[in-house]
Amino acid sequence: MAHVSNYNLDQKFDFTASTKKALFIGLGIGAVLLILGILMAIFGGGDHGHAEEAGGHAFHWYQRLYANLWINNVYFTGIAVIGVFFFAIQYAAQAGWSAGILRVMLSLGNWLPIAAVLMIVTFFIANHDLFHWTHSYLFDKDDLEHYDKIIDGKGSFFYWPMEKGTFPIFYIVRMFAFFGIWIFFFNKLKNLSFAEDDLTGSHNWSVIRKWSAIFLILFGITSSISAWDWVMSIDTHWFSTMFGWYVFASWFVAGLSVITLITVFLKEKGYLEMVNENHIHDLGKFVFAFSIFWTYIWFSQFLLIYYANIPEESVYFVERLSSDVYSPFIFVNLALNFVLPFLVLMTRDAKRHAIFLKVVCSLIILGHWFDFFLMVQPGTLGHNGGFGLMEVGMLLVFASAFGFVALKSLAKNKLVAKNHPMLEESYHHHI
Amino acid sequence: MERDKNFVLGVFEDEDVLLEAVAKVRGSGVKIHEVYSPFPVHGLDEELGYKRSKLPIAAFLFGMLGTCLALTMQFYMMKIDWPMIIGGKDHAGLPNFIPVTFELTVLLAAFGMVGVFMITSNLKPWAQPRIFDLRITDDKHVMAIDLATNAAVGEAQIGDILKSCGASEVNKKSFE
Repeated sequence: MAHVSNYNLDQKFDFTASTKKALFIGLGIGAVLLILGILMAIFGGGDHGHAEEAGGHAFHWYQRLYANLWINNVYFTGIAVIGVFFFAIQYAAQAGWSAGILRVMLSLGNWLPIAAVLMIVTFFIANHDLFHWTHSYLFDKDDLEHYDKIIDGKGSFFYWPMEKGTFPIFYIVRMFAFFGIWIFFFNKLKNLSFAEDDLTGSHNWSVIRKWSAIFLILFGITSSISAWDWVMSIDTHWFSTMFGWYVFASWFVAGLSVITLITVFLKEKGYLEMVNENHIHDLGKFVFAFSIFWTYIWFSQFLLIYYANIPEESVYFVERLSSDVYSPFIFVNLALNFVLPFLVLMTRDAKRHAIFLKVVCSLIILGHWFDFFLMVQPGTLGHNGGFGLMEVGMLLVFASAFGFVALKSLAKNKLVAKNHPMLEESYHHHI
Repeated sequence: MERDKNFVLGVFEDEDVLLEAVAKVRGSGVKIHEVYSPFPVHGLDEELGYKRSKLPIAAFLFGMLGTCLALTMQFYMMKIDWPMIIGGKDHAGLPNFIPVTFELTVLLAAFGMVGVFMITSNLKPWAQPRIFDLRITDDKHVMAIDLATNAAVGEAQIGDILKSCGASEVNKKSFE
């Protein structure tokens, strides 16, 4: 009978020059499109006069750049932390099937430190352009024209214990805390997993399981609150009690798609021989199931708001559905994230063959980018937003950089957790 | 000799022995009628050369029927038969109909699948079950070989093949 020890378990991913070149070409095309988009926004800004008449605020080209930075920051931070989250899930659930692809999940987490720097820097540069609540005049009771009672009521959530409208210390501390917790647990789990390569027995497995369980509890809290902080607070007046779940679901499907794509990519390059179509099938099932989970959450939020029709809630969808700029993307979002995976990944054969998964996962990654695009742009840019060269360019830059970081980390250490106690079980996984 | 009446039964103690035996028996040109086991044996379907079940297709079709039925029912009730204004919404507002549509899709897919499974697996309430060996519900795997379809090989030789593959007993069973 075949055993997993017949394979070369010490293999490392060879990050070849051609793979690097492909990623740099992606990055280069993205950068060129981004710069073209910025130039077009600077010189073509026909909307300026119109915006000044309508809103009182002049619209500047860099606001669109900041909004794009924020969309991709939040999106790729989520994908990175989902890698760590899915890794922790495998241990907490004592899962055996996934032992061969644990390192792929872990590799996504390497983006987290970069994401932390980008997110914090972007917030300090762009806070007034992205977040309405950062304007101090909203909290000034003497300023009758600008004082906002509702935002004043929510002010402590950002400014406590400082005075409202000054420095959002509570918000900043939370942002540092989220990244601090995620990066700490990522490093802890990574070090324990790599240390296991020189050990035998199941001691490290038990230790990782303990740390995973603690991480999962903290992730449940931090993922939800980060969604309120980074995304929901853009539409400061509006609220949804499902928002944490909604953002998590979007992150999770996108993260699973990235894990699947990297696994399929590694297999095509001849790595991970002990991972076969049964494991690919399970990853496909995860992508399929959680696409439907995302749809369920999206629709639950929509249906309740639509049916109750309370003005302060329904404004969120009115802003999007009645807008010439954003309404088509609502349907693009549902088509790419629900209809496509539901119909294409329904059969067993589609989930077991790389070609279907490659097409569907790539489109899902794009689709969930549109989901975040729809969460961020209407509240920050209004009718000045849209899907143009700047959006495509920024997404390409982030995706290429993310891919580079993940693959580089895979090249550094062994691709397979060779002393994982359930590696043999994983090899014989059969569905 | 009539088909589906007279069988040679190979009784196996261990599922790994059984799996290898299935491959050997089929390799020697004997056609296996069916293998009965007290628990699911992984890889047995492949060894027996069974094709994938077509049950998912039935589930999909019944699900589609449920979707169509639910939407037709709600549009007829809410738009044609007795239009009511609820919460200021359109009579035929599609989002309102989605929860019921979802539930009926799942219900008909599930019921349809169970019904098709019972009919195709001869689990009708009035069906007379044929028990090859009572111990298949306890701790024995039984391989049933139809004598009529394997007339060319012969009963004695089938018994020898089963024995050589590790069967703990070889029995004969006839049905009326």
